[in-house]
Amino acid sequence: MTQQLALLPEYLTAHLQLTLAALLCSAAVSLPAGVAVARAGWLERPVLGAAAVIQTVPSLALLAAMVPLLAALGVQSIGFLPAFIGLTLYGVLPILRNTVTGVAGVDPALTEAARAVGMTPWQQLRRVELPLAMPVIVAGLRTATVWTVGVATLSTPVGATSLGNYIFSGLQTRNYASVLVGCAAAAGLALVLDGLVRCLAADGRGRRRRAAAAAGVAALYLYAGLTLAADLAPGRSRPVTIGAKTFTEQYVLAHLMGGLIEEETGRETVQLQSLGSMVLFDALAAGDVDVYVDYSGTLWANELGRDAAEADRAAVLAGVEAHLRDTYGIVVAATLGFENAYAVAMRADGARARGLTRLSELAPLAPQLSMGGDYEFFSRPEWTAIRDVYGLGLRELRTMDPALMYQAAAQGAVDLISAFTTDGRIAAYDLTLLEDDRGAIPPYDAVVLVSARLAREAPDVLAALGRLDGAIDAPAMRRMNLEVDERGGDPAEVAADFLRGLR
Amino acid sequence: MTGDGMIELERLTKRYGGQAVVDDVSLSVAEGELLAVLGGSGSGKTTTLKMINRLIEPSSGAVRVGGDDVSGLPPHELRRQIGYAFQQVGLFPHMSVARNVGVTPALLGWSEPDIRRRVDELLDLVELDPAEVRDRRPDQLSGGQQQRVGVARALAAAPRVMLLDEPFGALDPLTRQRLQESFARIRRRLEVTAVFVTHDMVEALVLGDRIAVMREGRLVQIGPPAALMRSPADDYVRQLLDTPCRDARLVDSLLASGDGGP
Repeated sequence: MTQQLALLPEYLTAHLQLTLAALLCSAAVSLPAGVAVARAGWLERPVLGAAAVIQTVPSLALLAAMVPLLAALGVQSIGFLPAFIGLTLYGVLPILRNTVTGVAGVDPALTEAARAVGMTPWQQLRRVELPLAMPVIVAGLRTATVWTVGVATLSTPVGATSLGNYIFSGLQTRNYASVLVGCAAAAGLALVLDGLVRCLAADGRGRRRRAAAAAGVAALYLYAGLTLAADLAPGRSRPVTIGAKTFTEQYVLAHLMGGLIEEETGRETVQLQSLGSMVLFDALAAGDVDVYVDYSGTLWANELGRDAAEADRAAVLAGVEAHLRDTYGIVVAATLGFENAYAVAMRADGARARGLTRLSELAPLAPQLSMGGDYEFFSRPEWTAIRDVYGLGLRELRTMDPALMYQAAAQGAVDLISAFTTDGRIAAYDLTLLEDDRGAIPPYDAVVLVSARLAREAPDVLAALGRLDGAIDAPAMRRMNLEVDERGGDPAEVAADFLRGLR
Repeated sequence: MTGDGMIELERLTKRYGGQAVVDDVSLSVAEGELLAVLGGSGSGKTTTLKMINRLIEPSSGAVRVGGDDVSGLPPHELRRQIGYAFQQVGLFPHMSVARNVGVTPALLGWSEPDIRRRVDELLDLVELDPAEVRDRRPDQLSGGQQQRVGVARALAAAPRVMLLDEPFGALDPLTRQRLQESFARIRRRLEVTAVFVTHDMVEALVLGDRIAVMREGRLVQIGPPAALMRSPADDYVRQLLDTPCRDARLVDSLLASGDGGP
């Protein structure tokens, strides 16, 4: 818990920066647009319709969609920018709709009176329509505030730090204290900001409270603005950015590489955790992430579009290395020494009872079996290969969080799962792996990838990471994973322990 | 028709689609005169009134106020020189009575003390106690008091011309009568020129120096009440003028038959 709370200032500040910046932009877009729409009735359907369509996109998808979009435009595609733009879009509808409703709902007798006493259209808006529409507009602002604080927790997978970091990493490493801290902090922030907006709009007698609320909002914006400016200041040397996918092994390795780089080169490092697999590779190719660990088979299938049958371990590794270097300038700094392959796992007792040891024996039983897979498994080429090579017509395929898969298999909720071979929970839950006897799954050597930019500018980092070549074997990795997943260890400490042993 | 009237309408026409709601209306209102525009709903009387201060822009024809074509001024500047009161009153609910009355002077850039003095003077004029109502919100006043504030607001910037669109139409008969009387008094004292739209024959007779009768967008007849009574232009005007007498006869007969008795 203390470790979690130590991260609070950083996460909360980042969350505040995102939320406040996005709300400001949402309001700056929606208020004038709302007034324009209220004035020109024919705009109402197209504009409100467009805003509503944005709202129907699931918030996580909206944020994730910003990444390829920004990458295509050639600007920074992960981190603050995509999260900020996604959140801004998300906040538009409630403010826009309430502004339109509020302004259009002003009694026509009052707008006629405003014109008749000699107000210009601008004076009519400022002195009559906006004050009278204000309660409705403020209600929209409050909705947008609470939504934005909530949705900002989903900024983590697109590389922006937020309170969501607690929630995503906590769920993966089954650290529920961390999840709790993240949720509580986000809820608290939502309540505080909502209260400030409410006080800000209090009419009549609440003058002192309004002044206090205005001061509070100004102070928050000042703080967020200054910290953001400091983060973005050009003179500041950029820390080495280490990425991690959404599972325990990746968190441990990110900490491990970060610790090693800081120790050996004295350079500062930052971590972007819980990124989607493809987001991460794109970010490395674009230079927004400098270092992360990927697996040769994943790249072989996704990047080179090759299948497993034709390749042995060394050939896959060499093919991937050459392709990444020639296409993206990405350098493989080290081959860690273990494979983390996809494998099909089932309960050991179930396998024994059915006499199963190999995937090729599974086909006759397949129509009675269900299988759980992580978020990407069933859409990956590896699954297509396994299904086709072994002729698996399964009864049911269920996508679930990787943190829950092993438990689901152990409890019999599903018969098979897509396991990772280094996952300590295979042994812990008494699962067994079915042998890939026809070679449908490619080898998955863990490799440290370094962006073209960093490889060019920081040979010292490359050298430091080179020390990890062959340094982690499969049992070592499995031990570290199990330490976090089942014994409640902290990924940073587990990584630090390993580094002490390396010296 | 050009002349030396304070307000002159010349061949004024307003069409919506192909339909003329005001059709070729020409008339002149002399300085200090009150013209009552009388007509049923759909007669075009309100549209005619609103074209004078450009709340509605005419399709063709011209309006002159004080000799100047109203299209030569930006609409908001024109309207600051013309008082306007209407049935819905339209007091701004988020402003005090004083700020409502002082709104046009404030738009004209008067100083705060001048506005304050003027507001009290006007509240006195419309027979409200400034000390009592000045800081109230409009919704704390009765309907009659609200319309008194409405008239005060219309008069605030000392306009030479006032437009009134059935301002007392929504009030109960006794309150309406009291307001008509005070308005008649105020107007004579200030010598403002006014156009007063109504569908109430009695109101037109009580307030109007002259009466203009409109029907289906056209001006049917215009003249002093006595002249209209003497020689109505057609059956419609005759019937319209006869309504108060018909009402009186109806009351008499009901009383005589005993049904309406105490």
